[in-house]
Amino acid sequence: MKSGRLWSWIIFGLGAGYFLLPLLATFEFSLRIRREGYTFDAYTSVFSDGRFQASFSYSLIIGICAIIVGLLIVVPAAYYVRLRAPHLRPIIEFITLLPLIIPAIILVFGYIRMYNTSSPLPLLGTNVGTDILLTLAYVALALPYMYRAVDTGLRTIDVQTLTEAANILGANQATIIVQVIFPNIIVAVLSGAFLTLAIVIGEFTIASLLNRQVFGVYMQNVGANRAFEPAALAVISFVITWGAMGMIQLLARFAPKTARRD
Amino acid sequence: MAEEFLRIEKLVKSFGGNPVVKGVDLGFNKGEFVTLLGPSGCGKTTILRMIAGFERPDSGRIVVEGSDISGLAPNRRKIGMVFQAYALFPNMNVADNIGFGLKIAGMPKPERDDRVEEMLKLIGLSGYGKRYPFELSGGQQQRVALARALAPSPRMLLLDEPLSALDAKIRVSLREQIREIQRELGITTVFVTHDQEEALSISDRIVVLNAGNVEQFGKPFDIYNRPATKFVATFVGTLNTLNATVTDAASRTVRLGDATFAIPALPASASNGDAVALTMRPEAVSLANGVARDIVLEGKVAEVAFLGSVIRLKVDLGGNTISLDTFNDQRTPPPAHGTPVRLGIASSDVLVLGD
Ligand SMILES: Nc1ncnc2c1ncn2[C@@H]1O[C@H](COP(=O)(O)OP(=O)(O)O)[C@@H](O)[C@H]1O
Ligand SMILES: [Mg+2]
Repeated sequence: MKSGRLWSWIIFGLGAGYFLLPLLATFEFSLRIRREGYTFDAYTSVFSDGRFQASFSYSLIIGICAIIVGLLIVVPAAYYVRLRAPHLRPIIEFITLLPLIIPAIILVFGYIRMYNTSSPLPLLGTNVGTDILLTLAYVALALPYMYRAVDTGLRTIDVQTLTEAANILGANQATIIVQVIFPNIIVAVLSGAFLTLAIVIGEFTIASLLNRQVFGVYMQNVGANRAFEPAALAVISFVITWGAMGMIQLLARFAPKTARRD
Repeated sequence: MAEEFLRIEKLVKSFGGNPVVKGVDLGFNKGEFVTLLGPSGCGKTTILRMIAGFERPDSGRIVVEGSDISGLAPNRRKIGMVFQAYALFPNMNVADNIGFGLKIAGMPKPERDDRVEEMLKLIGLSGYGKRYPFELSGGQQQRVALARALAPSPRMLLLDEPLSALDAKIRVSLREQIREIQRELGITTVFVTHDQEEALSISDRIVVLNAGNVEQFGKPFDIYNRPATKFVATFVGTLNTLNATVTDAASRTVRLGDATFAIPALPASASNGDAVALTMRPEAVSLANGVARDIVLEGKVAEVAFLGSVIRLKVDLGGNTISLDTFNDQRTPPPAHGTPVRLGIASSDVLVLGD
């Protein structure tokens, strides 16, 4: 099977090249801001730009809010469906998939119609209102990933027996979720959280139409006006996204062992 | 009679129109170890879960110390429960598992630590507090589960087949340990099993269940020796069934092969010439060599099973096969296959069971 092995490597090489070459080219380009040779000046310029810091921290904060709100909705919902309403699972799964089916642009136009200044709930009339709306929009966008991550986590534990064991020891529903269920699905929860963060950091459509200066909008602005900085930004955002993915892998490695494997 | 600690009154439960518990009435005394025994699917777990509060009865009441607990949520019932699947909290170490109920009840940490230490000693796992459940064997996990259930001093302990996931050896030693701890604490206990030997060996009283009904409720000695129904007789222990013919109903005389003898009782409906099934335990039958019994049967040894302290023989009586147990005697080897033997049975040990 020598030739089979060889072909595997050739196909792997082609695939890797397809992904890596543009990245390498972008990286190489980002270093060429000076005539005389390679420098990191483009990166320095990006990092020292006040709008970079502002937009990035804004995205980070909205992302963290989206994670918290998302978890508060998804963990009890997925838990409840597993425990008491398994027949609702297909319906819930379909609902959580909707954000993948409905384009963000439609979602945001819906929001603008529903929550404009002359609507009964004029969230878009204030900055805080718009921030809330943006957060909720990101919760919706991340829903498919968050729900699946949490549900997978729940599948690895015996939800019903653990719930009953805690219940008969005196714990109420909230205590059970917080002290028994949540700590046992923490790895799944964190992987959902990092996925959400990765989505939020790169998001452009909704934020731009809601007129929020998020990281994605900043990248687009810079891209329209500069040559080398966008390349540096692309590399930075790539590192952040893959950093988040790497964290998920790392966490899985350090997952608390929940069962004797024999 | 003393006030019963736990009363189950006319308990009924069905799942999707399928009746599972069909009007169960039971009363348990304080400090008693009662076992619910029956084949898989007879409703044992369902009854236990209704006592715990995980299932709501369709009708009927569950009364503890005179007050109806049917409406209480499980976390208000002050009941300890041990599950078949251990159900230890994987994220907590042994000490935190045992202390969980105490923490929920708001016991301060120093007191809690003392109580956890006490419970660890009770189950013979002192020094294991910092271990995690996955680091323990099945038997150890189940002991921790027992300690966790007992730590908050519940008024009652429920165990749902706690031993069925364990190896045979550990199963026996752990059941003895459970019984010992139960005696020491004097806690009213309801134990569920489908294993009749387990039930007979550890219970004060046994409830034999069949298809959602109570067949018999009594002491192991009575359940085994005086089974109320055919179901109980066949489910608990081994039972010989021999097909005989009524020769004289008035004097309760029957014929079995060449032998004719009287038995203690016949069904009222029996008339001459009817077939009748005689039943007896294997240990009620003895090799008649030297033993005087009023019924003597002749046959040939068909099977010899050496079980250690006991030898179980199967004897072909020509049409009927009968099992009998004899104690192992180091000086006398058991009869070989095919040997003709004479068997003695005391007629008072013969049962004719109705349904
Ligand atoms: N939640 C449930 N939904 C539907 N059927 C159930 C449920 N729990 C138990 N049953 C059915 O009730 C019967 C009795 O179950 P169970 O009490 O668990 O029996 P046992 O513990 O004696 O084996 C079984 O036929 C089982 O399938
Ligand atoms: Mg059961």
